[in-house]
Amino acid sequence: MSEAVLTDTGNEVVADFSADKQTFQVPWGKAMMWFFLLSDTFIFGCFLTSYMTVRMSARDAWPVPSEVFALSFGGEPIPLILIAIMTFILISSSGTMAMAVNMGYRGERNKAFWLMLATAGFGAMFVSMQAFEWTKLIVDDGVRLWSNPMGASQFGSTFFMITGFHGLHVSVGVIYLIVVARRVRSGFYDRTRGNYEMVEIAGLYWHFVDLVWVFIFAFFYLW
Amino acid sequence: MAQESGQQHPLSIYFFIWGLLFVFSFFSYMVDYMDFQGGMRWTLILLFMFLKAGFIVAIFMHLAWERLALKIVILGPPIALMVLIFLMTYEADYTFMTRIEFSGAGAAAPAHH
Repeated sequence: MSEAVLTDTGNEVVADFSADKQTFQVPWGKAMMWFFLLSDTFIFGCFLTSYMTVRMSARDAWPVPSEVFALSFGGEPIPLILIAIMTFILISSSGTMAMAVNMGYRGERNKAFWLMLATAGFGAMFVSMQAFEWTKLIVDDGVRLWSNPMGASQFGSTFFMITGFHGLHVSVGVIYLIVVARRVRSGFYDRTRGNYEMVEIAGLYWHFVDLVWVFIFAFFYLW
Repeated sequence: MAQESGQQHPLSIYFFIWGLLFVFSFFSYMVDYMDFQGGMRWTLILLFMFLKAGFIVAIFMHLAWERLALKIVILGPPIALMVLIFLMTYEADYTFMTRIEFSGAGAAAPAHH
């Protein structure tokens, strides 16, 4: 890395922060969404850190997620199969969202609309599968916030808090996407001077929901 | 650099990252399916997790193309979370030891690592 490049980048940052003007050279809505997501990062970060603390300090054995979340389709139980499908669904939704943002900026309203609707559809599928997973855990396996038959009693509270909060984000995201998608189709953003950054901002939120799931999948289900 | 009107990139890059995310997710699922244990398991889980997270933030959320000022403000503060995690590992260890000392070992072998 040449010195000139480093100095230029450094100067750019200093200039952005110190000049008597707008700091972030992005639309304000985008900057605000990033700050909201940063605060959300801390919320999920605190949830996952509490989960770590509780799991490390638990006296009883922690239930093995690979077995707890296994499903059998008539034969041998397949470990984590539902969670794997949910992961692929959420990644697919991130892909369609990225495409929707791209189509929005190209002015292809119809494509952007359908891609956003597909994203919302994937999100709804994800939440439905989560509802199924919760039902199985509560009704069939007897997992409660305060106890469960598989091991450490803290398992239930951490599981329901973390996945519940994430599921809430997905549900809100589905509504958010549908609202923005309808505005895309109706040409609302053309009337507001081609304001298709709103699609990108909605996309930021949606990708963040996927991002959080990456961490939940790794730390709660695989660990 | 003037104010950017929006992030416009070729579609191929999104398809490529989309594919990568599928592959990494498949690998991380395989870590569980093949029943890797111990250090190998945790290394692989973290590796695929950070790869996936990195590509989502950099490409899908377009952070790679944003100015450094925004990158610093977004990626800097989560370092505080690292500190919290570091502190809480000590706290958890202490709580665990206290519980063993005063209440004895748990019902089964502790799933502690």
